[in-house]
Amino acid sequence: MKTKLLTSLLAGIVAAAPAFAELTFSSLSYRTGPYAANGIPLADGYADYMTLLNERDGGIGGVKTRVIECETGYNTEKGVECYEATKGEGVLVYEPYSTGMTYQLIPKTAADGIALHTGGYGRTSAKNGEVFRNVFNYPANYWDGASGAINHLLDVNGGNISGKKVALVYHNSAYGKEPIRTLEVLAEKHGYELSLLPVDHPGQEQKSQWLQIRRDRPDYVLMWGWGVMNQVAIQEAVNIRFPMENFIGVWWSGSENDVLPAGPKANGYKSLTFHGVGNEFPVLDDIKKYVVDAGKAAGAGDQVGTVLYNRGMYMAMLHSEAARTAQNMTGNSDVSQGDMIKAMEAFEMTEAKMVDLGLPNFGPSFKVTCQNHGGDGLVAVAQWDANAGAWNMISDYKQSDQSVVAKLIAEDSAAYAAENNITPNCN
Amino acid sequence: MFYREAGDFKTSYQDDNQTFPIKFDRYRYYFVLFVAFAIIPFMINDYWVNAVFLPFLIYTIAAIGLNILTGYCGQVSLGTGGFMAVGAYAVYKLMTLFPEVNVLIHIVLAGVVTAGVGVLFGLPSLRIKGFYLAVATLAAQFFLVWMFNRVPWFYNYSASGQISAPERTFLGEVITGPETEAWAAYLVCLVFVTLSAILARNLTRGSLGRKWMAIRDMDIAAEIIGVNPLGAKLSAFAISSFFVGVSGALFFAVYLGAVEVGEVFGINKSFLVLFMIIIGGLGSIFGSFAGAAFLVLLPVFLKNVLVGGLGWPTDLAAHLEFMIVGGLIIVFLIAEPHGLAQLWRVTKEKLRLWPFPH
Repeated sequence: MKTKLLTSLLAGIVAAAPAFAELTFSSLSYRTGPYAANGIPLADGYADYMTLLNERDGGIGGVKTRVIECETGYNTEKGVECYEATKGEGVLVYEPYSTGMTYQLIPKTAADGIALHTGGYGRTSAKNGEVFRNVFNYPANYWDGASGAINHLLDVNGGNISGKKVALVYHNSAYGKEPIRTLEVLAEKHGYELSLLPVDHPGQEQKSQWLQIRRDRPDYVLMWGWGVMNQVAIQEAVNIRFPMENFIGVWWSGSENDVLPAGPKANGYKSLTFHGVGNEFPVLDDIKKYVVDAGKAAGAGDQVGTVLYNRGMYMAMLHSEAARTAQNMTGNSDVSQGDMIKAMEAFEMTEAKMVDLGLPNFGPSFKVTCQNHGGDGLVAVAQWDANAGAWNMISDYKQSDQSVVAKLIAEDSAAYAAENNITPNCN
Repeated sequence: MFYREAGDFKTSYQDDNQTFPIKFDRYRYYFVLFVAFAIIPFMINDYWVNAVFLPFLIYTIAAIGLNILTGYCGQVSLGTGGFMAVGAYAVYKLMTLFPEVNVLIHIVLAGVVTAGVGVLFGLPSLRIKGFYLAVATLAAQFFLVWMFNRVPWFYNYSASGQISAPERTFLGEVITGPETEAWAAYLVCLVFVTLSAILARNLTRGSLGRKWMAIRDMDIAAEIIGVNPLGAKLSAFAISSFFVGVSGALFFAVYLGAVEVGEVFGINKSFLVLFMIIIGGLGSIFGSFAGAAFLVLLPVFLKNVLVGGLGWPTDLAAHLEFMIVGGLIIVFLIAEPHGLAQLWRVTKEKLRLWPFPH
């Protein structure tokens, strides 16, 4: 039994041995468990874009891409197993879509010299590339999101929200706790009253939190939720007849899967976003033509054009373009893990590039530098139209309050550097 | 044939009372120790350590701990996850407050802290029993997780509420943090497992263990023959929590490196460890090993076969994994309700007679 186990484990590893001349990417996905509703479109979008590159262009710079998918179930122990199982295969960049896992992978990837990209999540202070050399969180982070939400409230209220009551409903984990400090600092600045309502994993039980909201009657509710927690929260908000236009979720709480279960009453729910919504982008037509219709889609192919599918595809685009940058920088078509980190640090996304890629006006233009691994913090707001069944952008991309966010990032990254004996540098 | 006492003469009481009285058994035990200490450390890589050996070894310590309480003393506990969290947070606070002290001492101290907390939550066991006690320990589980989430002092006021293990060394070799070599992490856990197993084995067959078992089998009878229930039950809670605390400390410091209490030490962990000892065998040290191996290795093995070997989609494999593991649990428990340890015992009895059964 034991020898059998050992041999089959070995066989499993040998069977997945690296093939040459491939650009390897990883997808630490979660298609099972309480976060699957959100994990499936993300993983589909990522894999489908990489397949599209292979099918339509023959890969990146003539080299095929390969995505190793590993199921984590949003569980850190399985995530560690997945990371260890795949890291030896030359994975260029890791993207765990889990803040808890990000905290584990930051020291591990730094020790192994592999890039880690946490677009729109993860450890916010990783924006400071002098401390977090191999970690990137462009184009936006949680503190940009917190500030973006408050900026939207300022816009709606003509620039004055002093005395207003704002409640934060958050996933009681590293992910949900991230915006608290920023919201507290902003509360001092703008004079609103912040109350905190934690929801424990996985988030199916929120009756008491919403009872408290019904009693306290906050003017606005912000939400940092994920997975099944989003659907439950929106349903509970509908149940207590909370005005939906005063309920704003972060970009992880704003997909179709979150609002559809609540039906027409979810109309008007708002969500932040750092990229375009809808299925009007030319690249999506290509995906339908080359991937879905050809039967090569990673999932059922029914998620194309949804918010999270677009986000997974956006991340795949950012990774593949970074790999292309690495090819241009080194002149080799094969990219090493070290090249990838350098390319991501010199990465630039422009509107012209996005038009070429079939994603006009999809996301902000930004330029990564060693000092700034996080982009410019441009955040927009989208609103759910339940009748049309679509998200609509209701604002432009606006920059978050950098005077607040930048200071907090400097503080937190300095604390991390001191804890781990890192001398901030750019060499 | 070769597995029997015949011809293996003992000339002292010490020999007669040793853990493995049968020569073949004893040599097998030495062989396992030899392989574990002298061969495996040279052969393993990061994957083997982080995906297979560390979880197996650490869960084994937790299972030994819970087995003392539930298997030997008969007190059902659903607070294992919470007690593991105490061990993890204790070692984190000790590591950051006293960085000059060796981390191995901190891990043992974390066990001592957990023992204290365990005694506190064990007090109700003097009045309530069985399912009612299970519910009382469930309160410990939820209270402890809530507390570590709620009180910022425990996570040193970090913005995210996560705790991360700083780098610490032993004899110049890094044993916590990302730079840890695979064999170093493995050996640390292996030493703790070996010591825990030897300690637990000798406690359970000494007077303390006999008191626990007397309480388990019938507490009123035990009291009449002179076993003090207060001492027996609280010592079981203390020693059990000590092992669970050590496992929680290793889980955080050596294995995961960064921990979020709600996700890692939730109620699921309590159930997982409870299932380990039920499947492995209540009241058996070997059962703790077998149960931990079953529930840690089988999913990894199935994943590698289904995804790596057969190339199936990851979600299908993940769902099948649940079904296969669940099915096997039922099969094993029907085949032997007393767990894998009892299967092993029966096999050994049969081997003694083989090839000439009566």
